[in-house]
Amino acid sequence: MSERTLYDKVWERHRVTELPNGQDQLFVGLHLVHEVTSPQAFAMLEERGHDVAFPDRTFATTDHIVPTEADGRERPLVDDEAETMLSALERNTAENGITFFGLDSDRQGITHVVAPELGLSRPGMTVACGDSHTATHGAFGSIGVGVGTSQIRDVLATGCIAADKQRVRRVEVEGELGAGVGAKDVVLKIIGELGVDGGVGHVYEYGGPVIEALGMEGRLAVCNMSIEGGARAGYVNPDETTYEYLRGREYAPEGEAFEERKVYWESLRSDDDAVYDDVVTVDVDGMDPLVTWGVDPGQVIEISEPVPAPDAFTDRTDREAAERAYDHMGVEPGESMLGYDVDVAFLGTCTNGRVSDFAAAARVLEGRTVADDVRALAVPGSETVRAECERRGLDETFIEAGFEWRRAGCSMCLAMNDDALEGEEVCASSSNRNFVGRQGSKDGRTVLMSPGMVAAAAVAGEVADVRKYLDDDRPAGGGVEGVAD
Amino acid sequence: MSDDHHITEVAGTGVPIPGDDVDTDRILPARFMKEVTFDNMADYLFYDARRNDDGELGDHPLDRFDGANVAVANANFGCGSSREHAPQAMMRWGIDGIVGESYAEIFRDNCRSLGIPAATADHETVVALQEWIEANPDGEVEIDVAAETVTYGDTTVDVAIDDAMQEALVDGIWDTTTLMYANMSKVERTAADLPYVGSDG
Ligand code: SF4
Repeated sequence: MSERTLYDKVWERHRVTELPNGQDQLFVGLHLVHEVTSPQAFAMLEERGHDVAFPDRTFATTDHIVPTEADGRERPLVDDEAETMLSALERNTAENGITFFGLDSDRQGITHVVAPELGLSRPGMTVACGDSHTATHGAFGSIGVGVGTSQIRDVLATGCIAADKQRVRRVEVEGELGAGVGAKDVVLKIIGELGVDGGVGHVYEYGGPVIEALGMEGRLAVCNMSIEGGARAGYVNPDETTYEYLRGREYAPEGEAFEERKVYWESLRSDDDAVYDDVVTVDVDGMDPLVTWGVDPGQVIEISEPVPAPDAFTDRTDREAAERAYDHMGVEPGESMLGYDVDVAFLGTCTNGRVSDFAAAARVLEGRTVADDVRALAVPGSETVRAECERRGLDETFIEAGFEWRRAGCSMCLAMNDDALEGEEVCASSSNRNFVGRQGSKDGRTVLMSPGMVAAAAVAGEVADVRKYLDDDRPAGGGVEGVAD
Repeated sequence: MSDDHHITEVAGTGVPIPGDDVDTDRILPARFMKEVTFDNMADYLFYDARRNDDGELGDHPLDRFDGANVAVANANFGCGSSREHAPQAMMRWGIDGIVGESYAEIFRDNCRSLGIPAATADHETVVALQEWIEANPDGEVEIDVAAETVTYGDTTVDVAIDDAMQEALVDGIWDTTTLMYANMSKVERTAADLPYVGSDG
């Protein structure tokens, strides 16, 4: 059969049956578990006397609540509540025979960083996790969906979720990216154009020359933020970039098996004549790096553009949202974000906590120092990322520049540990959400940007254009790379 | 909550929760998720939005309309994180049903898992209902899940409830674990046909 998208093919292969309520029962091939959203689900499971149906297809790590200071990881953790959550996950995974990359594992880290780098996430899978950024795994051409705790119980007990098939929107990204402009800028542009609820009811298939030229880490960053655009899932068709990335990873098939599987993966790509529910084109040709100016990820501008005026929004709700955003951020319409004072620089997360992200930031930091009044945190997305950065000596660049070089975790992305904004602090952040209160202070302010831009902001002490910090003889930064890692 | 039952209507006084794109970080700030049960979540509902700088409760709608059962929200309600803590907190605070312009999908799925009908209506309808509740804090608002209507005062308006949610609630089969567990032999077959299961390739 032709005319089918990858989404259609993967859905069909994982569809168990139709449920009486009209939804499909969909098999989940990879279930990722972390400490925050799972304890209640394990408790519900126990209450009902169910076992975990597919422990071999379930992998756990700890990320949200873990301290990222090197000396803060002694057990029991200083924070009693964090210790309780971590112990609960240790117990639940041990009792149910689930592999757990715990605090003492050199593979520990953020679920969406760990599973891709270990080769657990592969083309054609369905992936579920009690976390909205599960779309990240779509970078391999899998379907990743974020689920709530009751649905985690479903997956634990049955290996399935009840799901509605969504419409598929092809997001064709065209143009050519300039130096210092990368994957994060691309996805911010997409969200800015299509809106934070533009993707509701859809999965996004990202494609076109710009996406094809991205390395896996860039694709992971793009798919990661699908949810910020309202899409439950987002994916990229697998290609040579995908296969080359997977080859040799710990959980990837080896040798002959790999070659066989590659043929299968290739067959899952959307057909050339695939039928989409709609197709949109986003032109990123020659665009500048982007930053958010407001309190949702769609309130975003190219760095050369002014903060938009209220009458730039035709939609009533967008106008009201803008008014709230000016107020919270303390910005005026017409102003430039360049020069917006920054107190904290935060580099990390499941969006931009991978080796290429730190490499891009390090290029900016080489031979420079963080501005005096800026607190700067570099938090690797996983211990694997940390080790690789250290092998390359990137940690020294960060430390010499005045960054704190931390252990892996979610950290200041949502501030469930000690890494939090205080008062009205402004954070230049490589994370994915600038919601009010997200980084731990209800008056705190978040400006989302690429890793290179975070480094530039750290050095300047204010929002700055990364391109001013890229010497001609240095390669382009900002997670741009076609380079995988 | 795990016991199935039919939910054909929910009723009680209302509470308007105005604003578009109300995200789950606002509904339930992350720092309150450091608990291994949902038991205390009601205490943290809209924690920051409800308090002034000294931590005192102010005139947030949840405090003005204490005891309400039906929340009335605007567009893209519950966007952001997947945390079920958000609808759990609403449910435990006393919310049995929601009327809104639209919802983020994970939030809506979570509501379905909890047996909370989440109905949608257009902007004008929702705003009219919010204004009516402001004027009639003790007035009853009823969501009829089967008929897809909302009644308040002398007014009955049509709303929409997504098919899967409606079926699940009305037929009392919103506990998907039980539903899907009945199909385990089919699940095994589906899994066995997938090249990556078992071989872990
Ligand atoms: S890094 Fe942030 S967005 Fe990613 S899983 Fe952690 S808290 Fe969620």
